[in-house]
Amino acid sequence: MSARRHPLLIPALIALALIAALGSLTLGAVPLSPPRILAVLTGGGDAIARAILLDLRLPRMLLGLIVGAMLGLSGAALQGYLRNPLAEPSVLGASNAAALGAVCALYFGLAELHPLALPALAIAASLIGIGALFLLAGPAESPLTLILAGIAIATLAGAGISLSLNLSPNPFAAMEIMSWLMGSLENRSYSHVWIALPCVAVGAALLIADGRTLDALTLGEDGAQALGIDLRRARLRLMLGVAVGVGGAVAVSGAIGFVGLIVPHLVRPLTDRSPSAILLPSMLGGAVLLTLADIGVRLIPTSSELKLGVLTALLGVPVFLIHLMRERRLW
Amino acid sequence: MVTIRAQGLSVRLGRHSALDGVDLHLEPGRLVGIIGPNGAGKSTLIRALLGLVKRESGSVLIDGIDSARLTRRDVARRIAYLPQGQTLHWPLAVERLVALGRMPHLGPLSRLSAEDEAQIDAALARADVLHLKGRVATELSGGERARVLLARALAVGAPALIADEPLAALDPGHQIDVMDLLKAEAQAGSLVVTVLHDLGMAARYCDRLLLMDRGSLVADGAPLEVLTEENLARVYGISARIETAGDRPLILPMGRIRG
Repeated sequence: MSARRHPLLIPALIALALIAALGSLTLGAVPLSPPRILAVLTGGGDAIARAILLDLRLPRMLLGLIVGAMLGLSGAALQGYLRNPLAEPSVLGASNAAALGAVCALYFGLAELHPLALPALAIAASLIGIGALFLLAGPAESPLTLILAGIAIATLAGAGISLSLNLSPNPFAAMEIMSWLMGSLENRSYSHVWIALPCVAVGAALLIADGRTLDALTLGEDGAQALGIDLRRARLRLMLGVAVGVGGAVAVSGAIGFVGLIVPHLVRPLTDRSPSAILLPSMLGGAVLLTLADIGVRLIPTSSELKLGVLTALLGVPVFLIHLMRERRLW
Repeated sequence: MVTIRAQGLSVRLGRHSALDGVDLHLEPGRLVGIIGPNGAGKSTLIRALLGLVKRESGSVLIDGIDSARLTRRDVARRIAYLPQGQTLHWPLAVERLVALGRMPHLGPLSRLSAEDEAQIDAALARADVLHLKGRVATELSGGERARVLLARALAVGAPALIADEPLAALDPGHQIDVMDLLKAEAQAGSLVVTVLHDLGMAARYCDRLLLMDRGSLVADGAPLEVLTEENLARVYGISARIETAGDRPLILPMGRIRG
């Protein structure tokens, strides 16, 4: 087991992210030859190629990177803070609350009035969720109260989503909600990028700043506080970072699970295993994984395009089987 | 040099009074042991001194400054703390774990300086775990892990060290190693306080003993003054034979006092 971060980890992840981004621009239902792409990127090119590349694929690629980065980072930060390798962005209820906001927009038809109604409502719901989390979890330092409060909010939001499906006036409305819940980056525009980007930037800044706190928590709450860490403030930053960042991500992509759960597990063996060391790699790894998965759903030939959440959930299974086998020392 | 003074320190945990009006003055240069039965408030006392548990009343002065006016970082630089029975949550390398001790001295984004590295190596050497530097802390034996965690506390380089049951789960050889180390720290001018359950070790090593019972400090003084048959009968409910070897008592617990 290596004790230090692999020196090539960050450069390799950045290179992978660039390759994935390029792939996301190049690959899709309409094949575009490299010269046509190059022509568009250098400011020329034909109208069709420009439309496909700049209006369809570029925002989609940017969203894949942004959303993936946020999911990977928040998973790593939460696993460190809660000292639980099974923690993921949904444990604080932020993604479920955001999903409920989006579902409300669909259910009441607000989403058809204005394209930004859905993401706006999702972010608002995520913030309401975090407000409830503050009230329920209180200022105590123990991570357990935070998990319990998060589960309460996630469950309530889940019940609201089920209710909307239960009461939906016709099968088509239910289908629309279901299909949004499965997560996708299809048909997104720059307005979605401008919604997600500031939220993710704020959320990521709040989470990245606390790497040292997460390291200190290796020694438990008392140990961390005796090292000079103010756990209450750290907890505030973490809650806000997850709510704003994940809320913004879910608002534009739908509920995409498992990225935040599996990415930290994939990068951890390549680091010194301290919680701070996996933050940046998880952020980059999340961006790579989601962008690759998004290329996957475009290329896998199915009658209707696969939903991103379906593919990421499938990817999660082998990762956990490998961990299970290592735990049982079968491998 | 650092001094810690507690005045009328009281702590409630839920509805239960865990600490009841403790007055205490701790000075550098002496090894101070805190003894008492389970639930007597030993750990609560040191957690209250460090500000890790909410005080009901009373005050703690560190270097004459009310600890309410000190930030966590200020306290962390003055007092290193070794919590009880530590579980490690991630499989960190020993070097990385011990480096956590430098955290109170680091700026928000700064990396370890050459001086930090020197302090880390010195702490590893003092706890006799320099050879374990590259190992993974969660894969060590109990005795090795205890000494590595002690090195983590020493790496803070604080003028005071408070250790909560550093001897738990150690064999006699390692117990002696740890007590020798704490004694050496005290003789080098540190303020060293440790919670102990082994009365023999407390008698043999400590310069001053604090005997706790049901949240109160019931005896405070040299081992010979504190470890008397009456005190042991009253606080622990045991009968014990006490011999004197030089200026230190030898304790042999004999049996429970019924009734």
